[in-house]
Amino acid sequence: MQIQSSAPPNPPTSPLNWVQKNLFSTWYNSILTIICLTVIIWGLSSFISWALTTAQWRVVGANLRLFFVGRFPPELYWRVWTALGLIIGLAGLCWGYIVRNSPIFSRTILFVLGVIIAAIVLLPLELSARLWILAIAIVAIVGYAVGRKLPTSISPWLTPAWGLVFIVNIWLIGGGLGLTSVPTNVWSGLLLTLLTAICGIVLSFPFGVLLALGRQSPLPIVRILSILYIEVIRGLPLIGILFLAQVMLPLFLPPNFRNLDRVLRAIAGLVLFSAAYLAENIRGGLQAIPRGQYEAAKALGLSSPLVVLLIVLPQALKAVIPAIVGQFIGLFKDTSLLALFGLLELTGISRSILAQPQFLGRYAEVYLFIGLLYWLFCYGMSTASRYLERKLNVNG
Amino acid sequence: MLVVIFIALIWDNLTYNLRQLGIQLGFDFLGVQASFDIGESIIPYDPSNSYSRAIFVGLLNSLRVVAIGLVLATIFGLIFGIAQLSDNWLVRRIAVAYVEIFRNVPLLLQLFFWYFAVFINLPGIENPITLLGSTYLTGQGVFFPWLEIGSGGGIWLVLLLAGIVGAIALWRWRGRVMVERGQVGNQIWYALGSILGAAIVAFILTRSIPFWLSIPQVTQGQIEGGLRLSPEFCALLAGLVIYTSSYIAEIVRAGILAVPKGQWEAARALGLKPNRIMQMVILPQALRVIIPPLTSHYLNLAKNSSLAIAVGFPDVYFVASTTFNQTGRAVEVMLLIMITYLTTSLTISLIMNLYNRTVQIKER
Repeated sequence: MQIQSSAPPNPPTSPLNWVQKNLFSTWYNSILTIICLTVIIWGLSSFISWALTTAQWRVVGANLRLFFVGRFPPELYWRVWTALGLIIGLAGLCWGYIVRNSPIFSRTILFVLGVIIAAIVLLPLELSARLWILAIAIVAIVGYAVGRKLPTSISPWLTPAWGLVFIVNIWLIGGGLGLTSVPTNVWSGLLLTLLTAICGIVLSFPFGVLLALGRQSPLPIVRILSILYIEVIRGLPLIGILFLAQVMLPLFLPPNFRNLDRVLRAIAGLVLFSAAYLAENIRGGLQAIPRGQYEAAKALGLSSPLVVLLIVLPQALKAVIPAIVGQFIGLFKDTSLLALFGLLELTGISRSILAQPQFLGRYAEVYLFIGLLYWLFCYGMSTASRYLERKLNVNG
Repeated sequence: MLVVIFIALIWDNLTYNLRQLGIQLGFDFLGVQASFDIGESIIPYDPSNSYSRAIFVGLLNSLRVVAIGLVLATIFGLIFGIAQLSDNWLVRRIAVAYVEIFRNVPLLLQLFFWYFAVFINLPGIENPITLLGSTYLTGQGVFFPWLEIGSGGGIWLVLLLAGIVGAIALWRWRGRVMVERGQVGNQIWYALGSILGAAIVAFILTRSIPFWLSIPQVTQGQIEGGLRLSPEFCALLAGLVIYTSSYIAEIVRAGILAVPKGQWEAARALGLKPNRIMQMVILPQALRVIIPPLTSHYLNLAKNSSLAIAVGFPDVYFVASTTFNQTGRAVEVMLLIMITYLTTSLTISLIMNLYNRTVQIKER
């Protein structure tokens, strides 16, 4: 007979016990429970009756295309789908790579599969869109399966792969180099939201690193200017910085650049803004590196730039991954401000949908729907980052 | 060196472009008649006033919404932060849901929602929604009872302020006595006594009541009396408070969790009641963890108030942007916006840093 160590047995809990322990343990808890229950029941019932009777969800169904890709030319949708497929495929690969040692069927995977099937069956889409979703789901599963089989030596290549996908996707969506080019003024909807957020964070990254290093530089002018930049930008509202980028940036550029594209100006504003915040996050990481690391690297004969590049930055950046993800989520939400400058990203396109004569006044439905979209992305990102963080810590 | 060249280059471009467009720099436009109307203002304003007055009106509007927003966001954040740690399952779930929902949706969208889908969608003044018999929610604004200052108001105000200062001092003094000498002292009676004393003195001096409650009344399709808050103000305030409080709730939760469990147990072993433990043992220690991130969310609230432009509330950014549209003075307006927000941010962070110093551990 073997002796097994196991958790202490749970005392049998009946639902009644649970209710007693969690809801009615003391008199004030009972009162709180009753108040909360009344509020919830009243709120939910009035919401459900509104959603089923008063609300007209047709405004969402009829405009799905506008919400997601806006005024992107329909004959070029394949390029958006391909771009999405590339992202999902690589994401599946990385996912498979990270969870390689856990059992194949986890709750998350079943949940994701369920969502995909529901999306194909339930959403009012055309046949081609359903087929595309199916194809992308297959790509994701294949990527996942491949990722589980990949050797560990692949890991340094995953980050450059994301960079490559980013560039290919920009090319796919923007055109040029052999593809019909799509002018930026038809980039809209969720597509534009994602593009501006991703471009914002990717492009601000090098500036953020430079500013963070500049803030710690021994050269006084560089240090003071970096501090000045960071503090001024962080003291201003984003809307002010976007104003700066839209109205004043052209004034600072050489004359032949004055008619810079509006989307590019918006991205420039986001980059200016996000770089200052990223710099502070990265500075936190830099401060977490012990002095001994610098000294050891110096003792090995590395020059200063190499010490920073090879020893300090990799450790500093790893330490601040959660902060960077938080920054990214913030930037994703902040792209909604572009709507105030006439760009048709998710919030902007919803305003133009609300201007359609047959859907006047359907504010609640539209805003709830795009609120849900934003929420799904932000909540998904924060959950994924928390999961990754735990995973990375376990693996050392 | 590179930096100097870069600055010289963009300065050169700026002056060149400005000359090309025929714009000259200078703040002389501030004295010119503004000739646009502002929906609501605390000080008297009309379109014949100058731009500088218009911007000042906007600044006061901003400060009003920021000040009220900070107080409410702190209260809500504290409530939901503590509720997330409640031993009542339902309360906990509701608090967590509140935080997760409102933190992950852009503030701008929430503002649109509150304004377009809620506040201007309320029924008209003819059949308002009535709360507690005296507060009216209508599409033209929210009306609720408010104090109106009477004849001896000035004296009352001064004396009551003195009473409140005295109450705070007594409260802290009794608190110290309780902690240091272990005496039983009911802080609240001392504090109330101080305010009551001030009120009695004021009544003897003025022989009148300081203010009366002005209750809004519905009369023939009009609501009179009370305080009216415009739908724009309500939407902005609701959005800012709910969004910021969901962040503050997380900070409060983290701060309370950072206090070692032993402190709870020790306090309970001494026989303190749960709310006393929270007030006297846990929160003072949690504040050390809470204050620095709280400051940055206060700053965020102040900066986010600039989104007022989305719902048409005339805050300082709104007015400055109208000024820009009328005069085309991009550089000057941008400088004004910068100075305003930097000053506000610096003031908030200065006050919070001073406060932070009082809650830090004092060591030799």
